[in-house]
Amino acid sequence: MRFMLLFSRQGKLRLQKWYLAMSDKERKKMVRELMQVVLARKPKMCSFLEWRDLKVVYKRYASLYFCCAIEGQDNELITLELIHRYVELLDKYFGSVCELDIIFNFEKAYFILDEFLMGGDVQDTSKKSVLKAIEQADLLQEDGKERNVQ
Amino acid sequence: MCVADTARDVSGNAHCKSKEAEIKRINKELANIRSKFKGDKALDGYSKKKYVCKLLFIFLLGHDIDFGHMEAVNLLSSNRYTEKQIGYLFISVLVNSNSELIRLINNAIKNDLASRNPTFMGLALHCIANVGSREMAEAFAGEIPKILVAGDTMDSVKQSAALCLLRLYRTSPDLVPMGDWTSRVVHLLNDQHLGVVTAATSLITTLAQKNPEEFKTSVSLAVSRLSRIVTSASTDLQDYTYYFVPAPWLSVKLLRLLQCYPPPDPAVRGRLTECLETILNKAQEPPKSKKVQHSNAKNAVLFEAISLIIHHDSEPNLLVRACNQLGQFLQHRETNLRYLALESMCTLASSEFSHEAVKTHIETVINALKTERDVSVRQRAVDLLYAMCDRSNAQQIVAEMLNYLETADYSIREEIVLKVAILAEKYAVDYTWYVDTILNLIRIAGDYVSEEVWYRVIQIVINRDDVQGYAAKTVFEALQAPACHENLVKVGGYILGEFGNLIAGDPRSSPLIQFNLLHSKFHLCSVPTRALLLSTYIKFVNLFPEIKTTIQDVLRSDSQLKNADVELQQRAVEYLRLSTIASTDILATVLEEMPPFPERESSILAKLKKKKGPSTVTDLEETKKERSADMNGGTEPAPVNASAVSTPSPSADLLGLGTGPPPNAAPAPASSGSLLVDVFSEPASAVTQLAPGSQENFASPDLASSELVSEEPSEAARGADELTHKFVCKNNGVLFENQLLQIGLKSEFRQNLGRMFIFYGNKTSTQFLTFTPTLICSDELQSNLNLQTKPVDPTVDGGAQVQQVVNIECISDFTEAPVLNIQFRYGGTFQNVSVKLPITLNKFFQPTEMASQDFFQRWKQLSNPQQEVQNIFKAKHPMDPEITKAKIIGFGSALLEEVDPNPANFVGAGIIHTRTAQIGCLLRLEPNLQAQMYRLTLRTSKETVSQRLCELLSEQF
Repeated sequence: MRFMLLFSRQGKLRLQKWYLAMSDKERKKMVRELMQVVLARKPKMCSFLEWRDLKVVYKRYASLYFCCAIEGQDNELITLELIHRYVELLDKYFGSVCELDIIFNFEKAYFILDEFLMGGDVQDTSKKSVLKAIEQADLLQEDGKERNVQ
Repeated sequence: MCVADTARDVSGNAHCKSKEAEIKRINKELANIRSKFKGDKALDGYSKKKYVCKLLFIFLLGHDIDFGHMEAVNLLSSNRYTEKQIGYLFISVLVNSNSELIRLINNAIKNDLASRNPTFMGLALHCIANVGSREMAEAFAGEIPKILVAGDTMDSVKQSAALCLLRLYRTSPDLVPMGDWTSRVVHLLNDQHLGVVTAATSLITTLAQKNPEEFKTSVSLAVSRLSRIVTSASTDLQDYTYYFVPAPWLSVKLLRLLQCYPPPDPAVRGRLTECLETILNKAQEPPKSKKVQHSNAKNAVLFEAISLIIHHDSEPNLLVRACNQLGQFLQHRETNLRYLALESMCTLASSEFSHEAVKTHIETVINALKTERDVSVRQRAVDLLYAMCDRSNAQQIVAEMLNYLETADYSIREEIVLKVAILAEKYAVDYTWYVDTILNLIRIAGDYVSEEVWYRVIQIVINRDDVQGYAAKTVFEALQAPACHENLVKVGGYILGEFGNLIAGDPRSSPLIQFNLLHSKFHLCSVPTRALLLSTYIKFVNLFPEIKTTIQDVLRSDSQLKNADVELQQRAVEYLRLSTIASTDILATVLEEMPPFPERESSILAKLKKKKGPSTVTDLEETKKERSADMNGGTEPAPVNASAVSTPSPSADLLGLGTGPPPNAAPAPASSGSLLVDVFSEPASAVTQLAPGSQENFASPDLASSELVSEEPSEAARGADELTHKFVCKNNGVLFENQLLQIGLKSEFRQNLGRMFIFYGNKTSTQFLTFTPTLICSDELQSNLNLQTKPVDPTVDGGAQVQQVVNIECISDFTEAPVLNIQFRYGGTFQNVSVKLPITLNKFFQPTEMASQDFFQRWKQLSNPQQEVQNIFKAKHPMDPEITKAKIIGFGSALLEEVDPNPANFVGAGIIHTRTAQIGCLLRLEPNLQAQMYRLTLRTSKETVSQRLCELLSEQF
């Protein structure tokens, strides 16, 4: 996978994860262009499209678009499910996740994504393993906080 | 939670009424943070974290952040997990590769990797993978494999290490050392923990693509793992079962890995076939869940299995089953499945086993073209129709595509036009159908008909006399339309100029009517088309003497003779003179019918391969300029020109003027040569002069070029040997050239070392993307020849040239040549080129001078039968002693004069330098002029060296 974007129906970028080196300027240009393309598509259209030299796989969950750019030989359907699994992880963690959760707890959204994907490849597909890792991190965070208070 | 609080502090922005209010608020907050960071009081870890987190949040809202990096780096060395974590997050989101910071970051990472605390190690590995810069690779590429295969590494760290290494390998493959660890990584495929297997499979797949030999044991392991997964009950794999599908991600990855290799040997193959059959069978079973996730995951595996079946292309039974399965999907209610089925079927259509099976779905695909609401799906349908087309269904498919073209989206019209033009030509039994089709194309989508397309129709009409009369009649009729596309005027002008006489008998299309019809369009056309029409008029003067005066009147009019455009004015002047002065005989000779075009591959096909490549247009412009320059340069008046013209080719020129020749008539030497001029402009040495035919010789790979740009490297290997021979006696030159790419070489060798500069020139005006040249050496060659190189920039701009340096060390003598494989994307299509790199054993020759006596003494010492190799062969080139001498010197050995008693013979001596040995070589070449034969004798201290040098040198004469 080359990159993953989360953006709202209004075209606000909520999360971006890049798995290839690129200048900020180029990134911004790509985000703008791709958002336009995806937002212009009607419901019921196919979830895959060819864009530049990449394949784009996207899915809309409520007000948020999840959008992955993959390479020619990558599997589209499994990428679609990758998005779904990520949504499930967010949902499980936040308890019926909504856009605001991702805005206010963006760092958690990143941490979960990092536990799930690394360098653009699946690290672990087990929901349990990923959430366990996140919960452990949270525990450490609580510890840190207590110490802080003291 | 603290982070959420800080976010909320800033978050008002997200809901600010106006953009200005938001920016104002953000700026205030940024100023506040800046003052905190700059303040005298040292911030404690908690506040530092809080502010860094705020910055991150502001950045994610889409604002630029230009400070705080240092504070984030400081957080990395904190012992508190939460501070460290935010530090790493900031860096992975905001740091690209700022060299100064990277050093500090690397230090922190190094500490965390050594900490043996799995949580910290995980954070560090994530950071490496997220930034993934070359500096990071330099610092950690050696360390991570150790972590990956160490016995005591925790599973979660192993997973991270595998993917982290993969990321580094993708950015800097040269920095990741292969070694003992690779075999241990392969065995991770057997690991108990499915998460570890999943991560390892990704890593192995990428590594195996570049080093297939090193990882070939992974095939049987992958097959058995896959077999265990597909036969497991849906609950066996617990949490790795996804909506009743066992480990879909891992299955997809394993199937992907297997696509790096050819079909395995029979034992493993049987097991794999069983797996694939099971997957196909499961697709027929009723779904275990109504959820779309279930069917998606199941079908993801199925599609990957079908890809593997197509990749192996060896089991007719599986191929046909795959095709039937896809056929079902073509009518599925899920758009996604229809899209993917169309896409996969395209590749199936090219397999001989399944082509027929694919064809049975033609009606469904045509229907998709008509009814699909999504343009990307329709595009796939067009692709599939194109792929499944053959003689039996061409008429139907072309008709449907033409139909669709009327309403097609603008974005894909040009591509459809090209496809229709190619199919119509390729499968035309009846050329009247072809002419009709192309004229229809121009009528429906004239703006999208590129020059290649109408050039091609003219080439074909001129080459086939059975269709000329029909073509003249048809264009004449088409031109009657009140508004017709300029491309039609061009085709009409050209064809009537050549074959108007064939329909002139009919009073409805008498010469004058033809002329008036064409001239009625004249004023609406652009300059090039007008230039073409003027040529048509002069041709009419020859074809129809009865309207000569009418035409002369037109040529004589002020709007022609005093036209502001130089080209038009010149044509008018010259044609007018020609028509007044030349006798009918001369006119008939000069304006003779065009000679047939040499048969060549369709220019349109090349165009489609390039897909929207604008380069052809520029080439054309250039030729055009050159041509008109020729014309303007001629100071002699037209009649003299005309009388000098007795050969048919200049007469061809007359009509070719301005409109240029068919674009791929010749691989425009001027434009392609210029790319590499700087490399080869050095004074030609004796050695480079050696190949007198080199220019012509290079034309031959060029003609095959369009085939070379195919997806199968096997085809490309053809003719490569000849190329290598050309470089045996010289070090510089053009190694490869096609319409897109030119590869030049410049190399130098000293003793057992060498350096080769490879120049890749992009001949088009469009970028090449993911441009990756790879050097491929077989195992055996690798142990004898050491090649070192750095990757090149993956994008090559249009017209640009990139250089790659290969450092060469000869370890021991060798026979094979390394292969240079180049892959890139050009305008959406994948290009793959393979050529042999001319590194041959004789490059490591050092000449040795010696006297006659010494020579024969050594010659006798090397009398062991294994040491001598002899070859008697026919001369392939003229037997010129001077050229022969130069070739022997170019080969690398010394040329010893006055050694052989027979002065007609040539003897040479030298030493082949390798790291392990130095091998003395003596050679003797005896020409026999009468028989046009040579006898070549090599004596060296090593049999394989004698053998190889003899092979190499024999090819040179």
